[in-house]
Amino acid sequence: MVEVERHSYDVVVIGAGGSGLRAVIEARQRGLKVAVVSKSLFGKAHTVMAEGGCAAAMGNANSKDSWKVHFADTMRGGKFLNNWRMAELHAQESAERVWELETYGALFDRTKDGRISQRNFGGHTYPRLAHVGDRTGLEIIRTLQQKIVSLQQEDKAELGDYEARIKVFPECSITELILDETGGEKRIAGAFGYWRETGEFILFDAPAVVLATGGIGKSFKVSSNSWEYSGDGHALALRAGSSLINMEFIQFHPTGMVWPPSVKGILVTEGVRGDGGVLKNSEGKRFMFNYIPPVFKGQYAETEEEADQWLKDNDSARRTPDLLPRDEVARAINTEVKAGRGSPHGGVYLDIASRMTPEEIKRRLPSMYHQFLELAEVDITKDAMEVGPTCHYVMGGIEVDPDTGAAATLGLFAAGECSGGMHGSNRLGGNSLSDLLVFGRRAGLGAADYVRALSNRPTVSPAAVESAAQLALVPFNGPQGTAKPENPYTLHSELQQTMNDLVGIIRNENEIREAMAKLEEYKVRFRNIESQGGRAFNPGWHLALDMRNMLLVSECVAKASLARTESRGGHTRDDHPKMDSEWRRTLLACRAEGDDPVVPDVTVTKERQAPMREDLLAQFDLEELGKYYTDEELASHPGRTEELP
Amino acid sequence: MTYQAKLKVWRGDGDGGELRDFAVDVNDGEVILDVIHRLQAEQAPDLAVRWNCKAGKCGSCSAEINGRPRLMCMTRMSTYDEAETITVTPLRAFPVIRDLVTDVSFNYEKAREIPAFAPPKDLQPGEYRMEQIDVERSQEFRKCIECFLCQDVCHVVRDHEENKKAFAGPRFLMRTAELDMHPLDTLDRKDMAQEDLGLGYCNITKCCTEVCPEHIKITDNAIIPMKERVADRKYDPVVWLGNILFNRTK
Repeated sequence: MVEVERHSYDVVVIGAGGSGLRAVIEARQRGLKVAVVSKSLFGKAHTVMAEGGCAAAMGNANSKDSWKVHFADTMRGGKFLNNWRMAELHAQESAERVWELETYGALFDRTKDGRISQRNFGGHTYPRLAHVGDRTGLEIIRTLQQKIVSLQQEDKAELGDYEARIKVFPECSITELILDETGGEKRIAGAFGYWRETGEFILFDAPAVVLATGGIGKSFKVSSNSWEYSGDGHALALRAGSSLINMEFIQFHPTGMVWPPSVKGILVTEGVRGDGGVLKNSEGKRFMFNYIPPVFKGQYAETEEEADQWLKDNDSARRTPDLLPRDEVARAINTEVKAGRGSPHGGVYLDIASRMTPEEIKRRLPSMYHQFLELAEVDITKDAMEVGPTCHYVMGGIEVDPDTGAAATLGLFAAGECSGGMHGSNRLGGNSLSDLLVFGRRAGLGAADYVRALSNRPTVSPAAVESAAQLALVPFNGPQGTAKPENPYTLHSELQQTMNDLVGIIRNENEIREAMAKLEEYKVRFRNIESQGGRAFNPGWHLALDMRNMLLVSECVAKASLARTESRGGHTRDDHPKMDSEWRRTLLACRAEGDDPVVPDVTVTKERQAPMREDLLAQFDLEELGKYYTDEELASHPGRTEELP
Repeated sequence: MTYQAKLKVWRGDGDGGELRDFAVDVNDGEVILDVIHRLQAEQAPDLAVRWNCKAGKCGSCSAEINGRPRLMCMTRMSTYDEAETITVTPLRAFPVIRDLVTDVSFNYEKAREIPAFAPPKDLQPGEYRMEQIDVERSQEFRKCIECFLCQDVCHVVRDHEENKKAFAGPRFLMRTAELDMHPLDTLDRKDMAQEDLGLGYCNITKCCTEVCPEHIKITDNAIIPMKERVADRKYDPVVWLGNILFNRTK
């Protein structure tokens, strides 16, 4: 038997970013004993990198805003492929979740009358993003972290132990979910992993697991994501028998840094454009006016004068196309660069210097100012930034019940970026932080209700632990026979290049097939991976284990991209450039198949999207819906039925 | 634009270790963390290093470069001469786990000792009203990315393990100042800063401010005002007289 440290909890939350921590708070508030397991130190999760803000229809900047407008903007941003129920809950609850953060101690920027200030962002009709300069994510994660500490202080006062109800397991990676298959159905029984510091194994006995592991961006070369984004939750859910949806939709944020090469991909907040910054090509032209797509015609300003008027007063003019949804802006930049109108380092210009005073720039965008000064030696108060698309967010994720966050596997829940559906084919900026809060809370609640309703607790079998431990140690054995040992760093970098070049921002069948062939090759080579050194804090070993997840999730992205023969949101096929209404109501679900326990095969099946509830559908004009929906789907729209005799 | 940098990197664990020499390629615009990553990928696959965002936002990749506490992701190679040997060592004030990774749990323990934000009980969510000018003071301190470079450099604990029990360090003195200046916090934090967190140990040499990658004026804006508030309380003649007359101890 391997040596394993064992713990018992009601709920184990995997991931300590915004959604994970919000889930912890909720489950603890319901009286449950919760563990939160994080690959990094407490407070370092990817949420810290969110910059621009958290979208919530509080109506502080424009009282006309409401959850219904936020809902409609979110559906438009996602090209109506969103799970409408998630979009509805999100729009209804995000304001409450933001206000709640203030009671935890958050300090957002203020309006003149002392309320939370809200800024403009792409695709949002009104200024809607609660923010703290350009470091909103940091504020949110620190606030949640401090709220957890405050709950621990309460527990200490009541029970004499800070960790009586919530314990943080920092620098601890989960490699396997353990299922109990007795009694005819698979249920979550626990989670197995290792301490990064020592390499020692750890097992959590728990009837409920909340996945809050974030995204998959580390499979792409140019990415704004950190090393943690290896799709762990996506892969754990697949291997536990749950499905992923929308994996073909990857958001390339239009503005990442492009120079110097070592910082390529680092995010430049959309807040730059929200506060008045504009995109220009090498000819000095504001090119976004040429890229308003037919579905958004009439909703955006058509001249520079109108766009600038909107910035001063958003009731008297239409919004600037610099703030089209991210997929549109990223494609536009890509096209400008390909047409030879790019900047010297292969991007375009983002100009804030000519739009406001240096003092104003430093006050509103302090992180951007420092980031460019220190990493690129560019003073953004004087010169334009060079920017280009960077892999930023995966819309796809674990298919969940909108209200409870429950995945298909009993006892498994998911929230935040690793769940799918909420954002459809493209996420609006600012809707991620609010998503974390709304659905983190709901998943915590869902898990708590599930645990309290259980009549018997599932158990972890010794065999499952033994095999999880053996699998985790495989990289130390190296290849069998005479095969050449694979360096995990080399394999990772090849995977990133392949995904970037062949399943990136613009796709076609040939390239996706080429990527799939390469992925097959990587899966074979992965069996020969070799980690040198011991088990104590060994990044080469950690990467080898993460690669297993990246390979599985990359296959989902490639296969779903091949299957969807249209272009929509974060999925652009130059061999199928049109958006197709039939595809709007079709979701692609990925499932793990076959008996390979290491990297299983992936199947992709078409599923029908649930039709939107009628009162919500009635929020939209028939004319607008006609751009997205099939005729048949609109038969019962009030606009249509009124026309009938 | 590529050259080979000479590096000395500390390798070892809690039981001891040594500086090892490496030669690593450097490309235009790179930072120390890029070079450490190349070293990992090509020469030392098990080199332990902690990092996350590589954009100066998470505060994970703290280390000492030529003896100076810095974020590896924000230290450009161009700040050093190409011929110079660059020495990279783990944070000195914390126990080494392995190579460049240290045990920073001290900081999380101190964080738990600071009483949480305590808003007025009758204030409902959504009813909070604060002026921008009033939140800005605390907002400066909330820029903190918890890289713990200030904790590492502070001479009160840097070579004085024995002071760690009574001294929370600049990061958490600043956290107390942040809460004390929060427009809606209802606790009085002056006594606890002095008595529980060791505010008096700080003799304002400003080393913490110098190493802060977020350029927070820790000493001037957090610690000194906190010291002044404590002093006002302790040495205010009216308070002093009141304490005697009404037999108050605190």
